[in-house]
Amino acid sequence: MTPLRVDVAIIGGGLVGSSAALALRRMGMDVALLDRRYCGAQASGVNYGGVRRQGRPPEQLPLSQRSHAIWPKLKSLIGIDGEFLRSGHLKLATTEADMASLEAYAAKVTDAGLELELIGHNELRRRFPWVGDAVGASFCPGDGHANPRLVATGFAAAARRAGVHVLENTPVTGVTRNGEGFVLEAGQGLKVMAGTVINSAGAWADEFAASFGEPVPLKRIYPSMIVTEPMAPVLTVNIGMEGGGIYARQVERGNCIVGGERGEPLSDPDFSRPRSDGAMTIMHRAATLFPGLAKAQAIRFWSGTEAEMPDRNPVLGPSLTTPGLIHAFGFSGAGFQIAPGVGEVLAELVRDGRTPTPIEAFSIARFTAGSPPARTTVGSGAGEKQEP
Amino acid sequence: MSLFQRIARQDHAPVPFMLDGKPCEGREGDTLLTAILTNADKVRVSEFSGAPRAGFCQMGACQDCWVTLADGERVRACTTPLAPGMHILTGASA
Amino acid sequence: MSRAQPLIVGAGPAGVRAAETLAKAGLRPLVVDEAPACGGQIYRQPLVKDGRDAHDLYGSEAEKAERLHRAFAALSGRIDHLPRALVWNLRDGRADIAVDGVNRTVNYDGLILATGASDRVLPVPGWTLPGVFTLGGSQVALKGQGCAIGRRVVFAGTGPLLYLVAWQYMKAGVRVVAVLDAAPLSAKRNLLGGLALYPAIILRGARFAAELKLRGVMLRHGISDLSFEGKDRVVGVRWREKGRENYLSCDAVGYGLNLRPETQLADLAGCAFIFNERDRVFVPQREPSGRTSVRGVYVAGDGAGIAGADAAELAGERAALALLEDRGLQHAAGRAAELELELARISRFRDVMEAAFPFPAHWAATVADDTVVCRCEEVTAGTLRSCVRDFALDEINRLKAVSRVGMGRCQGRFCGASAAEILAAETGRSVAAVGRLRGQPPVKPVPLTLIPREAAE
Repeated sequence: MTPLRVDVAIIGGGLVGSSAALALRRMGMDVALLDRRYCGAQASGVNYGGVRRQGRPPEQLPLSQRSHAIWPKLKSLIGIDGEFLRSGHLKLATTEADMASLEAYAAKVTDAGLELELIGHNELRRRFPWVGDAVGASFCPGDGHANPRLVATGFAAAARRAGVHVLENTPVTGVTRNGEGFVLEAGQGLKVMAGTVINSAGAWADEFAASFGEPVPLKRIYPSMIVTEPMAPVLTVNIGMEGGGIYARQVERGNCIVGGERGEPLSDPDFSRPRSDGAMTIMHRAATLFPGLAKAQAIRFWSGTEAEMPDRNPVLGPSLTTPGLIHAFGFSGAGFQIAPGVGEVLAELVRDGRTPTPIEAFSIARFTAGSPPARTTVGSGAGEKQEP
Repeated sequence: MSLFQRIARQDHAPVPFMLDGKPCEGREGDTLLTAILTNADKVRVSEFSGAPRAGFCQMGACQDCWVTLADGERVRACTTPLAPGMHILTGASA
Repeated sequence: MSRAQPLIVGAGPAGVRAAETLAKAGLRPLVVDEAPACGGQIYRQPLVKDGRDAHDLYGSEAEKAERLHRAFAALSGRIDHLPRALVWNLRDGRADIAVDGVNRTVNYDGLILATGASDRVLPVPGWTLPGVFTLGGSQVALKGQGCAIGRRVVFAGTGPLLYLVAWQYMKAGVRVVAVLDAAPLSAKRNLLGGLALYPAIILRGARFAAELKLRGVMLRHGISDLSFEGKDRVVGVRWREKGRENYLSCDAVGYGLNLRPETQLADLAGCAFIFNERDRVFVPQREPSGRTSVRGVYVAGDGAGIAGADAAELAGERAALALLEDRGLQHAAGRAAELELELARISRFRDVMEAAFPFPAHWAATVADDTVVCRCEEVTAGTLRSCVRDFALDEINRLKAVSRVGMGRCQGRFCGASAAEILAAETGRSVAAVGRLRGQPPVKPVPLTLIPREAAE
């Protein structure tokens, strides 16, 4: 088979890989986007769908703000709006301590442009009467939610239309340096030669990083989601809880999506399912926190496979061992909102070798240079039981 | 006008219930689906198009006959026995 | 240490015979069924006695129905029976069972899935209208509720059930306007091959058709372009036949294209699936014994692949014998072989029936763009086709993700096969190649307030 020669080969067709592919193609580059199964079918397609800046650690906010500008333009960028709704994001505090934590966060990120509003108990009752019992909340009016099943798939489809070689069901079995570039071996004798390689393989990215001498402490997580039958409007905004618990949103068609707890992998570890006990826990929490959902029926659960880093920050930036290799993975359950921005950043890194968006905090160096970094504490990221 | 035609149980004990605020009568041994469709010609309307529906499989498989009771409870009409005093909402007026 | 009890899901012909066989060997199975009483769909019992006897309810199958009901009643005290109970999730020897708003998590050792079947359908214009029910549903109304679905009823589709239900309606005094069979009359010649295997069944079918004809019911074969018309409810049926368009007014329709197995729980239990070419459907991979790819999980009856009620009784018993053998208990090996032989014979008969009443898969492939395919989410054929094109999709779960087909309350039971046919036709792939919808719990809706039993007590 004649090898496919491209400027950039991207391993992993999730939202990060697909948006990078589209951005690179629009810069005029020849791009191959390879996925072991289907583009947008893993973490990018089965996540909760929160489009949220609020609660992110401050070091992620410049990147998150960059993405924030892209979301309303999806229609012109990829041809569909991805059901993006700028509903606002309400982070609830159910204890005084959680409220203090929301206040501390708001103070810390005042310059980031999130326009957070701290809301006391009475005002919460007045503005969001469908919330059961909470001490207070922090509201980010510019945040929202979207349909994850559409957005990543939409980016991949747009990339394909723009001329990217989208190769699905094409697992990359080996990547090696070859002179100035790389050779990728990818299923059924296919070889791809590329000057630059982007490792956006999500929960499978650690293998590729390790093969270039950069082992990382990536852990697989399986978020757990339930969806109700379609209902009259109850949840008018995207909801999270400080300190974890559940997160919930209602789509325009009426279904409420509630997430929390963790699922577990199946015998084929590429697939996972919520646990019954975990699902029942989040169902109960939702019915308690939102009395309007107390009579609702759950019609479907889902889970997915995501990659988590110990400090809940992604690995984003050039490899330290291998020129021409760029990593972008480990978004720790909170990649959906920032991925379109990451795609642009990756394209700049390929073309210019640098990006105006600060990403130093996400360098893979933090895992190779001595002691592992401390867990990010400001903001929720997406640690255990926390909000994506 | 009703969809269903009773062949048996005509003389069974009547069971009073309300359908969208209107007093109706079923028979002992009725499911909600039977009780509704011997009095009316739909059990619900589609959430999306507003088109009328009256169930389909009648064996709890297709889930096309979920109705709301006046207390907000959601039940599948074809597998729920009728009880006296139930108030069923088809959502038709909503 | 005592082992957990075996779990049987379904109390139809397969489930009841499985329970009987296990009980006879000294095991105490837990039998879970959604209905209030045993019998499954075919031998379903009315909610209350209504003056009709077994012959009124089950016709020629009255004796079998009564035998099955009696056999189950005789197990009282030797098995545990959870009626009105939904098994909504299975995983690694644990079942979640919802009973009246309370959840029981049950550990089982040995699982026999006897989950039965529901009507196989393809979307046709107007199939969501009030007054259009499945053939099985039409039968449930009559058998279980003593109601006819209308006053002037058309039965359309194909399969033996088409004639049986029409005949039952006629016998009950309901005006049957027409029986419209998608299978061409020429296909019926295949039934001759069935005479050697089960002459009584073939002759009974012939008698139904003859009696319908004798009573003036219009019988049509080889119909196509079927549509149900009406605005708020069905008022008529339109179809083509020998190139001509026909229309009949009616106030109800029973519609079905034979049956499809209920396989969600086998999927959740981790069973491997294979594509059955004859029925154009994915079924759990199984040995003649009912053993699946997962140790300790067995399938029996129509849920394992359509074979009918007689086969279900045999398969239920056979699966139970396999469970006994796998547990190292005494089992009747001779009986097992006998059962497998008879089941193989019935399977050959099924080949005959499918040839006589072929599934018109092309109806889905060519269905008009504005026809709803997924009743729950109201996804049209046109939406499916444009999703396939716009997103370059070639796999059914991807199509589900993008279009919402199969995402609604029924979890794709009634649209999955049609969506797969449309996807296959759009992409030029085989329906086997586009795959099957992956099962997700809960297999049917459960309330958000479902209380774990420990918390309820």
